Amino acid sequence: MTVDDEEVRHVASLARIDLDDEEVERFTEQFGDILEYFEALEDVPEIEREAELTNVMRPDEVEASLTQEEALRNAPETEDGYFKGPNVS
Amino acid sequence: MSHNAFITEETIESESSGPLDGRTVAVKDNISTAGVRTTCGSETLEEYVPPYDATVVERLREAGATIVGKTNMDEFGMGTTTETSAFGPTENPAAEGRVPGGSSGGSAAAVAAGEADLALGSDTGGSVRCPAAFCGVVGIKPTYGLVSRYGLVAYANSLEQIGPLARTVEDAAELLEVIAGPDPNDATTRSPPERAETAYADAADGDVAGLTVGVPTELLEGADGGVRAVFEDALDELGAAGATVEEVSLPSVETAVQAYYVIAMSEASSNLARFDGVRYGTAGDDGAGNWNESFAAAREAGFGEEVKRRVLLGTYALSAGYHDKYYKQAQDARAWVKQDFEEAFETVDVVASPTMPVPPFETGESLEDPLQMYLADANTVPVNLANLPAISVPAGETDEGPVGVQFAGPAFGEATIVRAGSALE
Repeated sequence: MTVDDEEVRHVASLARIDLDDEEVERFTEQFGDILEYFEALEDVPEIEREAELTNVMRPDEVEASLTQEEALRNAPETEDGYFKGPNVS
Repeated sequence: MSHNAFITEETIESESSGPLDGRTVAVKDNISTAGVRTTCGSETLEEYVPPYDATVVERLREAGATIVGKTNMDEFGMGTTTETSAFGPTENPAAEGRVPGGSSGGSAAAVAAGEADLALGSDTGGSVRCPAAFCGVVGIKPTYGLVSRYGLVAYANSLEQIGPLARTVEDAAELLEVIAGPDPNDATTRSPPERAETAYADAADGDVAGLTVGVPTELLEGADGGVRAVFEDALDELGAAGATVEEVSLPSVETAVQAYYVIAMSEASSNLARFDGVRYGTAGDDGAGNWNESFAAAREAGFGEEVKRRVLLGTYALSAGYHDKYYKQAQDARAWVKQDFEEAFETVDVVASPTMPVPPFETGESLEDPLQMYLADANTVPVNLANLPAISVPAGETDEGPVGVQFAGPAFGEATIVRAGSALE
């Protein structure tokens, strides 16, 4: 399994993480090795997976929650009681 | 003597009196503490102060414990050495010049050095058991769903559990009793079945007469010679105490590390999407253009290299055209591990192996080759994939540091693994 630097840049853009050239070079090499190692998963037999999961429900009632002030306390920027994000364009 | 075990040393007093009166507890820094910063070992959360307590923190305070600080860890739990922390590495108090293991290395070091009586860590693929083994203390990874994850900052939520670390099996079991039990704020918690023994501390009686211990050959093959010798001695000790030791086979563990990393990285890529520098975390450069560019800049600056590596690989494994090849196959491999353990527990009571196939690494030794680091998790990840409980107990030392023995048990079989572990003390 080989990976080229363009694929690493593409995945980084999907993940919204900028990388410098050195990181791209290092990750390209390492990802090749790691993905090759993951190839062994192809030999796993098909397993009948039993779903033993059950949904957990609760009544839809109003409960105490964070105040607006508490919810905003860790935000780098706020305005009029809202989170302030970068431009959407 | 400080080993850089803590990121933040701050006392949080108890709320009432209980079984942990007068005991000090160190809490891993990915477990939320109201009013006390919780960094996850990451620069991006350097100033993050949670507005609420994790359920386990509430239970500690109600049980009379005093919290003495927040412990160092691999960034977001991603590492086996506590060297990927943005706050510098933790030293191993039990093996000078060597890593304490990870990712809960600060918690294990604090307990080993006597800086706290007890500690909480989190275990996604061995992050409680590995540092327990490397620092010569006890660590328990509970059955998935026994302990609430409410307030634990998520890395790979289908795999992880909060678990106790202590200097004795009984102390670890007592702390587990305090934090265990269903929580309306975590819908994945459940009550143990009626027949399950839940007085975990009482089970630390060392009575293994009649217990059947299964040893999977697959988990011994790659082990270091010194580690193996300590493990064989531990098996002899169990035999002398009346236990029966027999071989079992778990062929599925051969692809457990691959399955673990595909699933953990995939979940991480989704869970860590929230760190965008808007609601918390370091903001991206303003005026850097649009929304996406600003997020990408914030995440480039705030995340360390191992976190980037795992988020990118997880994104890759889930991306169009690769989902079936990696993620779906990993889910099959996970179901296979679960099935293998179920079959093994039809004939044995516990499954034993060295916790780590190697002694503690020298500081700095393992950072260059991530794949080699991942392979060190071979013996710890299977129980996370199978949602089962496991304990690591100190069993001796090689020239390179402490060696831990791991006992895995059936779901909600915590009392049985505690009993087996206490026989080695």
